[in-house]
Amino acid sequence: MTTAAIEVRIPTILRPYTKDAKVVSADGADLKSVISDLERQYPGLAERLLEDGALRRFINIYVNDEDVRFLGGLDAAIKSGDSITVLPAVAGG
Amino acid sequence: MSLTISRAIVDQILQQSRNEYPDEACGVILGPIGAGTPVRLKPMINAAHSPTFYEFDAKDLLALYREVDDKDEEIVVIYHSHTETEAYPSRTDIAYAGEPGAHYVLVSTREEIAPATEFRSYRIIDGIVTEEPVTILD
Repeated sequence: MTTAAIEVRIPTILRPYTKDAKVVSADGADLKSVISDLERQYPGLAERLLEDGALRRFINIYVNDEDVRFLGGLDAAIKSGDSITVLPAVAGG
Repeated sequence: MSLTISRAIVDQILQQSRNEYPDEACGVILGPIGAGTPVRLKPMINAAHSPTFYEFDAKDLLALYREVDDKDEEIVVIYHSHTETEAYPSRTDIAYAGEPGAHYVLVSTREEIAPATEFRSYRIIDGIVTEEPVTILD
């Protein structure tokens, strides 16, 4: 197993899944794999990020400050040293 | 639980809401971490440009969180206006309330109560809405 070298910043509302950790480590060559790895470490987390196998509309994920929607979404390539930030959308009606 | 806020900030939010009508207006008020005091008003662009929906642009949102981190602040208030309905969180507001520590302020500028406006504050945690009193300081 390769050393986890991808930093994932977790928003307050998802920290109950990570035992309150703000920043966790994960591994994976693309976002889909990183999310699987996060789910392995923190069960239940994937369901907050995905719906029917796709990224949830109102969760924003950024890789090195770029919106992952412009990097291929779940297929976005992730490499060692990358920083991923998750932020729930601020929205309503 | 309650919200204490300056009259100046309340007035700016009400004016922004009138200015952006018929679209929903939105923004945040920031304050020093841990103090719970809404000190710095930051109106945000409603990327949805809609009379019935608001959303911060994803890039603006990231920039906001970075700025807040840099300044050792936290988001104390998230506010938006309801243009035709009362200043109470809608099902959508509740579904998307992703900042459990924030006070959610709703403003209503609906025609039927004009020129009066409503300014109300709530906590929205785990899908439960609790209204809280608002103290406005002159």
